[in-house]
Amino acid sequence: MFVRGLKRKCFDGEEDIEGTLAGIKAIPSYNLQRQSLLDMSLVKLQLCHMLVEPNLCRSVLIANTVRQIQEEMTQDGTWQMINTQSTGQASLDRLVSTDILCRSSREQAEGKHVPGYSTFNKDFEGDQAQDSSETMSTASSVQAPRNLQSNVWEMENPQENKGNFQKSLDQIFETLENKSPNSVEDLFSEVDNSYYDLDTMLTGMMNNTKMGHCDGLETFSSPTTATSNSNCKSDLNELDHIVEILVES
Amino acid sequence: VFFFPADIISTVEFNHTGELLATGDKGGRVVIFQREQESKNQPHRRGEYNVYSTFQSHEPEFDYLKSLEIEEKINKIRWLPQQNAAYFLLSTNDKTVKLWKVSERDKRPEGYNLKDEDGRLRDPSMITVLRVPVLRPMDLMVEATPRRVFANAHTYHINSISVNSDYETYMSADDLRINLWNFEITNQSFNIVDIKPANMEELTEVITAAEFHPHHCNTFVYSSSKGTIRLCDMRTSALCDRHAKFFEEPEDPSNRSFFSEIISSISDVKFSHSGRYIMTRDYLTVKVWDLNMENRPIETYQVHDYLRSKLCSLYENDCIFDKFECVWNGSDSVIMTGSYNNFFRMFDRNTKRDVTLEASRENSKPRAILKPRKVCVGGKRRKDEISVDSLDFSKKILHTAWHPSENIIAVAATNNLYIFQDKVN
Repeated sequence: MFVRGLKRKCFDGEEDIEGTLAGIKAIPSYNLQRQSLLDMSLVKLQLCHMLVEPNLCRSVLIANTVRQIQEEMTQDGTWQMINTQSTGQASLDRLVSTDILCRSSREQAEGKHVPGYSTFNKDFEGDQAQDSSETMSTASSVQAPRNLQSNVWEMENPQENKGNFQKSLDQIFETLENKSPNSVEDLFSEVDNSYYDLDTMLTGMMNNTKMGHCDGLETFSSPTTATSNSNCKSDLNELDHIVEILVES
Repeated sequence: VFFFPADIISTVEFNHTGELLATGDKGGRVVIFQREQESKNQPHRRGEYNVYSTFQSHEPEFDYLKSLEIEEKINKIRWLPQQNAAYFLLSTNDKTVKLWKVSERDKRPEGYNLKDEDGRLRDPSMITVLRVPVLRPMDLMVEATPRRVFANAHTYHINSISVNSDYETYMSADDLRINLWNFEITNQSFNIVDIKPANMEELTEVITAAEFHPHHCNTFVYSSSKGTIRLCDMRTSALCDRHAKFFEEPEDPSNRSFFSEIISSISDVKFSHSGRYIMTRDYLTVKVWDLNMENRPIETYQVHDYLRSKLCSLYENDCIFDKFECVWNGSDSVIMTGSYNNFFRMFDRNTKRDVTLEASRENSKPRAILKPRKVCVGGKRRKDEISVDSLDFSKKILHTAWHPSENIIAVAATNNLYIFQDKVN
């Protein structure tokens, strides 16, 4: 099923990249197929029916598959490669779409309109609170399989989720930093603690939306300490946008 | 052979004598068929099943706390052994188990003193004569009444129910827990298995099916999404967290893929009538295990191995998560399970022969003999064969049942029920 094609390596020069892309298009490499399986699995987890409780067995099996893929990717270093900024368009989009909350200044400068982000908004408009919290956590779930799980099947305990989300994000970020200092640092260097708190707040807010908009808004309106960072601010604006949509729905 | 359109059938079960056949559907209804008695006048009608009773077992509900609908779909029906003139069965949806009594009424009392034939009360001062009410025959009426409702004991979705051989208790299993009930007590159940981790983030395995041993009322098995079966003895401890036996086949490294775990997930587990074996169904195979040998099954049957190269597509369209059931025949010599394209498969354990049959209107008329089908994997396709790529994956046979003593089988194909029997003349 998975053809062991040419394994993509990190290239420096432009020409090499184009050549590689052409090569990739010609032969579906094992890595690409694996990545598409990962993407497919994440989409499946996102698209749970929200009127009826999702099938727990199916969710567990898909999540285990996601974890397997991530473990393998971590082992053969492809994880690092995906986070590298010098690869082509395809991987960058993938990176950004799964990494909405932690956008670096580089991507801001390039002014990329994130395809993942626009879908992200659409998901919020139509859905109930729980779906939103799942989508939110799933968005960064390539790096955070644990909080994905906790949101998918522990709908009874939103408080637990808040704590778990934070903890998992911390763990994942730590792991990533250790793995590949260059690329990951680049990506996350602008990230300060306020991001974690935003995540937590947003998750908390979404879980509270059922009870009342007021609680959530209060939490959000008192964000934490260092917001002097310009990146943080621009991202805050976009997160404001998400929050607005949530509140209106 | 006859065909009954209904909603999508979600469970099929013969009772212990085979006289009755119950089906549950997605709309929460139960339809019970009864076998025609042998009659000299119409010998050809012997063995036909006709509708006996229809009732609405479960209704859709709304869980206000979680803002979620609870489906009315009947997941399982299990009959109780008959102890008097009435029939009893358990039916369950995702959250609630109900005990139904199905009884016949063919007489009615007439001649009351205090009310007239329409049921209106008579003026006592107008009564001049007293009479004794008598029972008069009436048209047969079959009524189903809910006798017990066992609710609020399952946080997760119930996948199995199983009546104990003591006939006093039964168990209900959901994704993470198994509860033991006494038929008389509806407001409490006893939790006997709990695999919910303290931290839900660590959840990697769920319970997929459970069944009591047919003779030993202290023994039961449950299967998991990781392809394992645990046998538990309720005498050892109140909470059966530690299994008495653990059945797992070592993984075949040559067949390893990202889908290995998913296809190893067991969708059904059934004890043989003898109680010596268990049969499990995973996505591609049916396996028979000897209770005395835990490290591997004694028999493995390939249901549709030609799907192995299509797992990615089947994952994409979610078919890989289909839960097929499996059944034993009365003598435990033949096992049967469903597949796609309305095919179902039978394996003879003694002769090692197998057959693929199809349940479809186009291909079978009443009283016609079923023709064996064959799926062609590659190369030249013979005239009667069907190629893998032409298989209709929306036509899946998930539920089948086998009469307890005769060669009569019931096959549910989406919203049609097919009943086949051996031609004996």
